Amino acid sequence: MTRRQPIATGSDWNFEILDAFEHEIARLADEYRLDTYPNQIEVITTEQMMDAYASVGMPVGYHHWSFGKQFLAVEQAYRRGQMGLAYELVINSDPCIAYLMEENTLMMQVLVMAHACYGHNSFFKGNYLFRTWTDASSIVDYLVFARKYISECEERHGVEAVEQLLDACHALQNYGVDRYKRPSPISAAEESRRQAEREAHLQAQVNMLWRTIPGQLPADALPGMVDQEDPLGLHGGGRYPPEPQENLLYFIEKNAPLLAPWQREVVRIVRKLAQYFYPQRQTQVMNEGWACFWHYTLMNRLFDEGLVDEGLMLEFLQSHTSVVQQPAFDSPYFSGINPYALGFAIFTDLKRICEAPTQEDREWFPDSAGSDWRETLEFAMKNFKDESFIQQFLSPKVMRDLKLFMVVDDDQEEMLEVAAIHDERGYRRIRDSLATQYALAVREPNIQIYAADIRGDRSLTLRHVQDSRRPLARSVYPVIRHLHQLWGFPIRLESVEDDEVVRRYHWPLAEEERRD
Amino acid sequence: MTYFIDRRANAKHKSAVNRQRFLDRYRTHIKRSVEEAVNRRSITDMERGEKVSIPTRDISEPVFQHGPGGKRTIVAPGNKEFVEGDRLRRPGGGGGGDGSGEGGASNQGEGMDEFAFTLSREEFLDFVFDGLELPHLERKNLVDLDEVRQVRAGVSRDGTPARINIVRSMREAQARRIAMRAPIRRALREAMEALAEEERKDPVLRNPARINALKEEIERLEKRLEAVPFIDTYDLRYNNLVDQPQPSSKAVMFCVMDVSGSMTQAHKDIAKRFFLLLYLFLERNYEKVELVFVRHHTAAKEVDEEEFFYSRETGGTIVSSALTLVDEIIEARYPSGQWNLYVAQASDGDNWDDDSVTCRKLLVERLMPRLQYFTYVEITPHAHQALWEEYERVEAEYDARFAMRQIVEAGDIYPVFRELFKRRAAF
Repeated sequence: MTRRQPIATGSDWNFEILDAFEHEIARLADEYRLDTYPNQIEVITTEQMMDAYASVGMPVGYHHWSFGKQFLAVEQAYRRGQMGLAYELVINSDPCIAYLMEENTLMMQVLVMAHACYGHNSFFKGNYLFRTWTDASSIVDYLVFARKYISECEERHGVEAVEQLLDACHALQNYGVDRYKRPSPISAAEESRRQAEREAHLQAQVNMLWRTIPGQLPADALPGMVDQEDPLGLHGGGRYPPEPQENLLYFIEKNAPLLAPWQREVVRIVRKLAQYFYPQRQTQVMNEGWACFWHYTLMNRLFDEGLVDEGLMLEFLQSHTSVVQQPAFDSPYFSGINPYALGFAIFTDLKRICEAPTQEDREWFPDSAGSDWRETLEFAMKNFKDESFIQQFLSPKVMRDLKLFMVVDDDQEEMLEVAAIHDERGYRRIRDSLATQYALAVREPNIQIYAADIRGDRSLTLRHVQDSRRPLARSVYPVIRHLHQLWGFPIRLESVEDDEVVRRYHWPLAEEERRD
Repeated sequence: MTYFIDRRANAKHKSAVNRQRFLDRYRTHIKRSVEEAVNRRSITDMERGEKVSIPTRDISEPVFQHGPGGKRTIVAPGNKEFVEGDRLRRPGGGGGGDGSGEGGASNQGEGMDEFAFTLSREEFLDFVFDGLELPHLERKNLVDLDEVRQVRAGVSRDGTPARINIVRSMREAQARRIAMRAPIRRALREAMEALAEEERKDPVLRNPARINALKEEIERLEKRLEAVPFIDTYDLRYNNLVDQPQPSSKAVMFCVMDVSGSMTQAHKDIAKRFFLLLYLFLERNYEKVELVFVRHHTAAKEVDEEEFFYSRETGGTIVSSALTLVDEIIEARYPSGQWNLYVAQASDGDNWDDDSVTCRKLLVERLMPRLQYFTYVEITPHAHQALWEEYERVEAEYDARFAMRQIVEAGDIYPVFRELFKRRAAF
């Protein structure tokens, strides 16, 4: 390997230098066979970064007060110096948009390019969740459509009406995703074209559903006719919906009796965006770990080839170390497990297992030990989400390095119990428990639509499948109040554990309850 | 494939709409903070933003979550001395919200009781004016920081044709012509001399080739001399105008307030807004504004702002004492030729009966001739007393410079200044 002159020294940058570095990183990434979308790197100012932040990184977003709140919070924290703005923000789109902040030093810009433009970018393109649930090529167009549609609604129906609707939808957006079904791809042009059509169609569906309440049954409804007239099986007398529905917003969009067509469209927009963010919520550890692994690898290659000097490398190491640092549970800096640290540790260790396996590794990872590390890592990146990734690849060495231990917190016991530590007996249990900790199904209460009383008082019943006696937080009331706004009729929510209803919530509250 | 795009020149405030939405939504909370800030701050100190806190529970965006309780396992890093089976005391705070495994813990201020943010100066003033029900046109005038006037400032190389400075342009042109022609002239002169010398020689010795060459040279140089333009674009000079802050004179504002027992703190808070508005107005229009606080019950006294608004006094009311003091202060410190004088008086309308006539006389004879403007607010929901009636007679006499108004709440203040603000538009 020939050592070359550094491309640039010092901390100043300009576009030629960035271009030269980008070129070199691209060359190295290609050597490692990283498959990425084209990059669109945008240089922006601090204020623009805060703007981007506030809109959860969406390059265009519809207007809503909660984004304003986010902006104020970011701004406040930044002004007080509590928070350096994260130096990277990258959008899962094709081309992949990454932001570089004007104030960053040269090292930061190079680091962000390696981290975001090649790390995250290849993850977005490769990981199965992103491939299944998001459509990178159309997201920006869809956002533009959403923004335009919502601002039209604001003009026509008033800002307040739209805002309240969005509030209600946002409260339920985590329940606006089909977890097991591949959703149909979104496309802005298609959306616009079909939207009018859909409005009419949706309304017809809803009308059909609600027309069948008692007293309005057509007298001549013959049993033989029912199948065509009534594809939903309403006359069958069973529960509606026949199966519990996990996608609350979808159910609302299709079935809420009183929503106007434009309101259904807004519900749909929130639902589609929730779906777009769904993979990100499930791959935090992997995604950040992967990006950190690659920026670390690429930066070291740049240094080995002499393209960056020692000064820049030291600055990089300082920054990298603070990103992947994991404070201990009793440290004042502790705020949960750092996904960057965990992900980076697992990927780095996986590479070690491939290249220099120990006896322990051969027992634990017979398939990976001694294999080609590049292929093994690629496989790990592509086919897992946090939960299964940890379950599969968290090695005893990483558990020892991080000194992981497991505590059982049972409200029926006086004391907490240390159930497992990083030793031979504990590895598997810690790994199971940590994996579960990242499972969305465990992190978020499992709530599904159980029944819509379409023949009676039109109330909607939801079921919360309670696990390990963990109850719902008090926020359940504001949320079902929002749900009530969307549905328009009473909402009931039952917590069920072991087939027994253990707790009931309902909205609206009766008069005497309100006074409490 | 990679593109770099420089977005720095793009619009900055993409979130401005969202920010405004947020402020609108929590208007009542913010208003309360602003009101408190106005009561707390000095009236010379309204020109900065304000930190506002809203209880987190009021602005939370609810989602379904697990509450405390039940059985759960937590995996945490950094074990030092624990071994399997150890039993630990529950960390304080109850419910064990230590947040591990909470995933996206990047959200702001979870667990903080207050959501705090800073209003910008414009937003702050907007909320202040909101409380005062100030018309939008006036708001803009008060918020815009520098009223500027364009003044001549030398000449510059670029400008519009309307501002062309002919004398300077011609002078530049001449200078350029001299400079550009000098070397040509010199060469021409040399060529002429050479030619003359050549022609002076004996005809036999003349060199016809050289003469021809010199003649050609002379012709060429003469053409070049002609080609030097009479005036060129870079000769043009334009009159340069720069923006100069307009207020260039000084004003003094007398705040006169009745602090007798009948004035409650609520009265004083309204009065403060009244003074505040006048102050903001004067500050826009004068380079330097001095404040004089005069409070009075039966006797008047010049005090500082703190004492003016917050100290309590009891006793009766003799308004003329304050007016006399104002008059004395003007005599002693603010000669009316050099200072623009404004008086703002707030009272609940009480006065000794026979004193009101004295007040009118003082105003008409001593003060009004020297004042730019006199404003009076009577903060009371009750019927008027003698002072009001006497003042009405003053108003009849000095229609354009005397304004009075009965107010019950802050929203009533603005009309007192309507005339004053209107007058300013005609400046």
